[in-house]
Amino acid sequence: MTITFLILAGLTIAGTVAAMGLRNLIHCVLALTLGFVGLAALYMHLGAQFAGFVQILVYIGGVAILAVFAIMTTQSAEPVTRPGSAPFWVAGTLVATGVFAVLAWAIHGSGAHGRVLPAEPVVTAQQIGFALMRGYVLPLELMGLLLTVALIGAVVVAIHERGESI
Amino acid sequence: MLGEGIIKGMLVTAKNFFGSYVSKERLVTLQYPEERAPQIEAARDFPFLVYDGEDAEKGLRCVSCHICEKECPPKCILIKKSADKKLDAAGKMQFYPAVFDIDISVCMSCQICVEVCPFDAIKMDVVYDLSTHDRFDGLMLHKQQLAKSNAYYRKIHPTEATAVDAALAVERAKAEAKAKTAAEAAAARVAAAAQAAGETK
Amino acid sequence: MSHVQMLDQIFVIVKHWLLAYVPAGWQPLASAVMSVVPVLILFPLLFAITTVLERKGLARLQNRYGPNRVGPFGILQPIADGVKSLTKEDIVPRSADQMVHLLAPLLLVTAAFLGYAVIPIGRGMVITDMNGGVLFFFAISSLVELAVFMAGWSSRSKYSLFGAMRAIAQMISYEVPLVLAAVVVIMAAGTLSTVSIVNAQASYSGIFPHWFVFTPWGFTGFALFMVAATAESNRSPFDLPEGESEIIAGYYIEYSGFKFALFFLGEYLGMMATSAMAITLFLGGWAAPFSFLTWVPSYFWFFAKLLALICGFIWIRGTLPRLRMDQLMNFSWKFILPMTVINIIAAGVWRFMPMGPWRWLVCSLMIAGPFIVLGRATSWQGKGVAVRKYRYAE
Repeated sequence: MTITFLILAGLTIAGTVAAMGLRNLIHCVLALTLGFVGLAALYMHLGAQFAGFVQILVYIGGVAILAVFAIMTTQSAEPVTRPGSAPFWVAGTLVATGVFAVLAWAIHGSGAHGRVLPAEPVVTAQQIGFALMRGYVLPLELMGLLLTVALIGAVVVAIHERGESI
Repeated sequence: MLGEGIIKGMLVTAKNFFGSYVSKERLVTLQYPEERAPQIEAARDFPFLVYDGEDAEKGLRCVSCHICEKECPPKCILIKKSADKKLDAAGKMQFYPAVFDIDISVCMSCQICVEVCPFDAIKMDVVYDLSTHDRFDGLMLHKQQLAKSNAYYRKIHPTEATAVDAALAVERAKAEAKAKTAAEAAAARVAAAAQAAGETK
Repeated sequence: MSHVQMLDQIFVIVKHWLLAYVPAGWQPLASAVMSVVPVLILFPLLFAITTVLERKGLARLQNRYGPNRVGPFGILQPIADGVKSLTKEDIVPRSADQMVHLLAPLLLVTAAFLGYAVIPIGRGMVITDMNGGVLFFFAISSLVELAVFMAGWSSRSKYSLFGAMRAIAQMISYEVPLVLAAVVVIMAAGTLSTVSIVNAQASYSGIFPHWFVFTPWGFTGFALFMVAATAESNRSPFDLPEGESEIIAGYYIEYSGFKFALFFLGEYLGMMATSAMAITLFLGGWAAPFSFLTWVPSYFWFFAKLLALICGFIWIRGTLPRLRMDQLMNFSWKFILPMTVINIIAAGVWRFMPMGPWRWLVCSLMIAGPFIVLGRATSWQGKGVAVRKYRYAE
């Protein structure tokens, strides 16, 4: 529990809690982006440099931009806000606390934080590349196929809509 | 070939770049305010009052006839006649303007006041950088600022000024001739009256 | 250490000498500060020089003088610009999102500065040698898009929102070719670390250097990288999001005074950072162009190449008209992206063919063929170059 970890964890939690609690929708997305930055920093703190950089590249450069585009193109005249609090906030808080308690008891009971960890492996991008291309090439190709299908589907839907509107 | 247009364009601009250091006629920029663009002789900006000789008060050609004030389309001229008279350019005793104001923020440089003036008293100046810090009083020109000498007029509009001077000289000669004949007639009348008085005595 | 080597390593030597005076507990922090502060001072200074160079250069390209009143030949113009932007009133629209409006230029400048952390400026002079240096650089560039969106959205003005949308669409479209054009170099060098990439190019065969730009795939990759870099920095001819005659400064239309200067600074820093990355990847970083010129210090070569690339940017800006939005997007997705993918294939072929003239010919043809085909296909797409018919004026 070093000071760096505490700061980064605090940043991530603050970002995600703000993303749930803020009223202005764009502020929520920006707070979520802050949470992503905190996650990327945590990955790098754990020594997974590649995962951290890719987190920034994909989540902030892709997912966050997608979210803001969605809000920008579907907004109405007045600024988008959320209602103050959900009507079932008591039940929601109880459920969240219950899940957290179960998870905490499970992690504590498994003895994970008492074990002696082996030396941290230095995972380079080269090793990840080798693993993807040799051992995990089938999942890689399947994911590529899935993404291509999604892309073609999106284009088909968009063209279909454009054809209808003419 | 694709991209050929871009390469050709870049060569043109490169020629511009190096040419601008080598040949001075490529750079047509005038370093204002040290260098000014040359103006044609008939250039006009705002009116000014002409005076003959050295003294702006005594030599002012304007006789306060109010024609330019009436003819001015945006009504930017204000004239107030004086109480007494003075000699004008043709040698006659005329009124003169006590107040002559032109608001150059209103004036549209149409030159109508110059065209209608029968006394060649108001002409167009060629000065254009008249900017001031005051939008109202700074752009209201009074008689002292508007009066400029005939020598200045000859400098800025040579052909016009020589024509005006010739016309005025003719008028002055005519007026002098008339005054001489009138003086001679008066003297003859005086002599005839004296002779008649001498005869009857 | 000979005199030449000492001149080359002068900054490293000075830093170590200064570090000896710092107490041992503070040394890591002091070392980091001493590495970062010169970059923080040097690149804004280079930005100031770039602004005056750009204005004078554009002027001469257009047959006129540039600014020549402030200082001899106008070289003190950046000081006048700085004073003006600091003393101008900072106007924020009343309905604007105050917090986001303030944070947008800060995020832009931060992201732009972070990119310099992995650029080797000289032999042994890099702020941090990360294993994934190139990936870090591209990850940081994606933060710039977020800053652009924040600027456009927070101003609550139709022009700025529109400009932000177009700017983000342009930056996203050109980010993929940017990364793919850099992938060729990563393939050839076998590493993501910028220092290793420069070291792989710092050798000579005869007097000619081993820069990646002197190979068919490297030359194509460099050209594609520079095109994508011009689009990423919103520079002419891709400056539609900020074109003054179209959308009047686009996403930073509501900014004035110092925040506007920060946007300007961030854009130019981004341009210089991408140029620096291009130099690192393709032009051999701090390596000298000929083997008999290695006595000149390494940082001199880096900045000479950087200045040459900046002059190239200015030259292109003065030459080409602005691209329309749909022309821009067509260019990216239908021409640049296929060319980058073909370039990767050509680089792979280069790697596995034996050395000699054959692999030059094969790789050049592999790249030149699709270049011509794609070029013709995209430029005459349905619009024939036919004689125009006038309906009434016959």
